[in-house]
Amino acid sequence: MSVIIHKDTKIIIQGFTGKMGTFHAEEMIKYGSNIVGGVTPGKGGQKHLDRPVFNTVKDAVKNTGATASILFVPPAFAADSAMEAADAGIKTCVAIVDGIPSHDMIRIKRYMRRYSRTEKMTLVGPNCAGIISPGKSMLGIMPGHIYKEGRVGIISRSGTLGYEAAQQMKNLDIGISTSVGIGGDPINGSSFRDIIEKFETDDETDAVLMIGEIGGPQEVAAGEFAKENMKKPVIGYIAGLTAPKGRVMGHAGAIVSAYGESAIEKVEILKDCGVTISKNPSVMGDTVKSVLEKM
Amino acid sequence: MDIHEYQAKEILSSFGVTIPRGGIVYSPENAENKAREIGGSKWVVKAQIHSGARGKAGGIIVCNSPLEVAQATDKLLGKKLVTNQTGPEGKIVNRIYIEEATDIEKELYLGLVFDRSSESIMVVASTEGGMSVEEIAKEKPETIIRSKIEVAVGIQSFQARELAFGLGIDPELIARASDTIIGCAKAFSELDATMVEVNPLVISKQKQILALDCKMSFDNNAMFRRNKVSELRDKSQEDEKEVYASDRGLNYVSLDGNIGNIINGAGLAMASMDMIKLAGGEPANFLDVGGGATPEKIVKAFRLITMDKKVRVILVNIFAGINRCDWVAEGIVQALEKIEVKVPLVIRLAGTNVEKGNKILKDSKINYIEASTLEEAANKAVAAL
Repeated sequence: MSVIIHKDTKIIIQGFTGKMGTFHAEEMIKYGSNIVGGVTPGKGGQKHLDRPVFNTVKDAVKNTGATASILFVPPAFAADSAMEAADAGIKTCVAIVDGIPSHDMIRIKRYMRRYSRTEKMTLVGPNCAGIISPGKSMLGIMPGHIYKEGRVGIISRSGTLGYEAAQQMKNLDIGISTSVGIGGDPINGSSFRDIIEKFETDDETDAVLMIGEIGGPQEVAAGEFAKENMKKPVIGYIAGLTAPKGRVMGHAGAIVSAYGESAIEKVEILKDCGVTISKNPSVMGDTVKSVLEKM
Repeated sequence: MDIHEYQAKEILSSFGVTIPRGGIVYSPENAENKAREIGGSKWVVKAQIHSGARGKAGGIIVCNSPLEVAQATDKLLGKKLVTNQTGPEGKIVNRIYIEEATDIEKELYLGLVFDRSSESIMVVASTEGGMSVEEIAKEKPETIIRSKIEVAVGIQSFQARELAFGLGIDPELIARASDTIIGCAKAFSELDATMVEVNPLVISKQKQILALDCKMSFDNNAMFRRNKVSELRDKSQEDEKEVYASDRGLNYVSLDGNIGNIINGAGLAMASMDMIKLAGGEPANFLDVGGGATPEKIVKAFRLITMDKKVRVILVNIFAGINRCDWVAEGIVQALEKIEVKVPLVIRLAGTNVEKGNKILKDSKINYIEASTLEEAANKAVAAL
């Protein structure tokens, strides 16, 4: 079984009937994801894309047995929707939306502390491309066809840079077990460390490619975890070598504001942790290949 | 989003932080009157720009008469101030803050930031006010004290007291100091701030606790619910091209090099800039047109990049996912029908329908250099310089 999602995972769409929700629900259905319905408050009882619409996530969970959700709601309402999912017993929630205030993200994470470790929802994102387990299920907005089935796990902050890696790997005939976009915001639901830990225990994953960027402590925290706890090899790339200090580079979280947050510093620390570094973004696939050949 | 010192002071004052008497002026006559209105015998004339280290750049002038205040204001208004934070182009002074001078006994540091490790708000304080927090961390790290705010309940009085005692403040001033810290923390939480800095926070000879210089930054993502704060934006303090971009939904940062970039996705944009650097070039900008890279955004992006006089080559790198390369290519062709590009153009398309996309570009009349990988694109862009 792949990490986080598998072929039969029952998925609901929060913000189902909106333009974004509809478009991406169709794409996920085409890919083969098991979309069982959706939520749009006030439209409960209707059908959309041949699937039932519910007023609340609780109703949707009760009637469909869904365990995963994906959010296509505007940023102002996203925190509320994520908490609703957690409270309704959803186990995996992906927040695609870009623009959730940082104060709201802190609020969501504090709210989720009320659940025990086993009952707690895994929140992925916001501001991310989502999750794909090639050939099984897609809980995201990525172009599914560039992901070849295989045994390498990918964790990426950036969406398009994650696509770049998947394409490079496909060209080299390397497949992917699961790819997780954790998003570009300063405070996110799941960190590199949270996901890398899942990959270490996943029997369908042999190695992990971690695509990080400037800003924040997460890449280093994952590297330190890998050094202490991981048997599987980790390959890393950090974007933003040329980014000036103190400027936000597109992603709200991509800003160098403290020691250890620049690309050069992160690369040095990750090397010390035993992570194989991809020297530039054009050789992410080649670097994965060379590591796999040594195994 | 950053705001001016005087705006931060007005906000913090409304949260119970004491500030010296002062007022904003736009002309020397105004300034002279303001000085008389404030009263006293000594004033400080402070240039309002979005930057610290203004003192060293000549942006803060101490005056001994209202006439001197007028002269200092005249000298500063309209001037470009270059500090170690503004970059060589500096920032223009359009507003002057006149403030009564303070008899300083002790200078302290007080700052609040998001701490990304603990995912909470961190209060940072030090007895070494007046220098930057980076300098304090380097030279006097032992003076730094911290306290983590539990966001669900907000800052507690004991935390503020602990910080105040930790700063060695006299017992009779502890209550005032605590109120100051609590006021800053409340402002941070209630207004979606990302940074509040009072540096220096001073104890005056008259035993007052005063915020002498203040800085606040806010979460751009939260401005939809902070109308009053968003009105404080001063576009004259931002890079002209960056304002143009942000008004049109583009993520743009102006840089010093000469290779202009149009890329979809922030991570891919940073990675492409890195490739340019490795190929021996320098990026002129960071530009993320968004993962979707719609034709409208591409037109806007070309318009923006062609505004930049230092650009000698343009590199377009689009990884089409849900959007398709043929659609992106049509967007590029449309853009180039509207906008004249006089410099070499390197285009790399990848992802969904890449062959169709490249065919559309080839069949069009546009003059460009094709690249198939990230590395090839960067190398060709540098070679075209």
